[in-house]
Amino acid sequence: MTGIETTFTPWMSLAGGVLIGVASVLLMAVQGRILGATGILSGLLPPSGAADAGWRVALLLGMVTGPAAVMGVTGAMPVVQVPVPAAMLAVGGFIVGIGVTFGSGCTSGHGVCGMARMSPRSAVATLTFMAVTALTVFVLRHVVGG
Amino acid sequence: MKLISSYAIGLIFGIGISISGMANPAKVLNFFDFAGMWDPSLIFVMGGALATAFIGYRIVFGFSRPLLSDRFNLPARRDLDLPLIGGAAVFGVGWGIGGFCPGGALPALGTGNYEVFIFAAAMVAGILAAKRLQRWSGQRTSAQKHQERT
Repeated sequence: MTGIETTFTPWMSLAGGVLIGVASVLLMAVQGRILGATGILSGLLPPSGAADAGWRVALLLGMVTGPAAVMGVTGAMPVVQVPVPAAMLAVGGFIVGIGVTFGSGCTSGHGVCGMARMSPRSAVATLTFMAVTALTVFVLRHVVGG
Repeated sequence: MKLISSYAIGLIFGIGISISGMANPAKVLNFFDFAGMWDPSLIFVMGGALATAFIGYRIVFGFSRPLLSDRFNLPARRDLDLPLIGGAAVFGVGWGIGGFCPGGALPALGTGNYEVFIFAAAMVAGILAAKRLQRWSGQRTSAQKHQERT
């Protein structure tokens, strides 16, 4: 499995990271909640109740309109380059869904919010998924596909 | 007020994800490809997000309560268990295969790229399957406990 060459973008990535952090801080300040993509989405899926669906849907709508807002300013839609076949996206997506549910969070919930609260569970989860992702990429690109 | 602020917060997050590169699997996978075409950009995403959240949380936790809620709703657990570590490892396998994490994929839906929809649909199916499994094993454990008691 080969990749697609990408350019190093330290400033845009840093600015994006700061915005992700700002959004996390604002949700904590306004609602006292962790901004985790997994938790916000999962709370809308059964058997979770529809009692607090409103703010979750509003937040997800905000996320989805992010790319259009970027296009409004820069004139170009953010690039999405998928270097793997559709079947791998489907398999990867299903596995991600299972993992983040049992692991109680993903990159945003554990990696940003949990780490910022110095939660030991989040630190261990983040180290685990970062290491396993690197290992998976190594195997797929250099062992199987090498 | 809650809805408007939630939308605005989601929008800030979505813009951040879009410009950071987290919505682009090619960039995410290259970050993890130390032995190949390594792109270190995502260190800056994590660094920027974590530093901002760390400082911001210190300020917010000084409030007596959140602006629109009567209390902070924070996970209290500190123990490490198998579902946490196993789940994180499984997530890593999926992230390495597809290149999308949930927070990267959800905003990326807004680009209209059809491949993101394939990933997101499969991810929702995975969450539903896992929740069903959790409920089933939870019911079984509580049934066992009930039997032990009686």
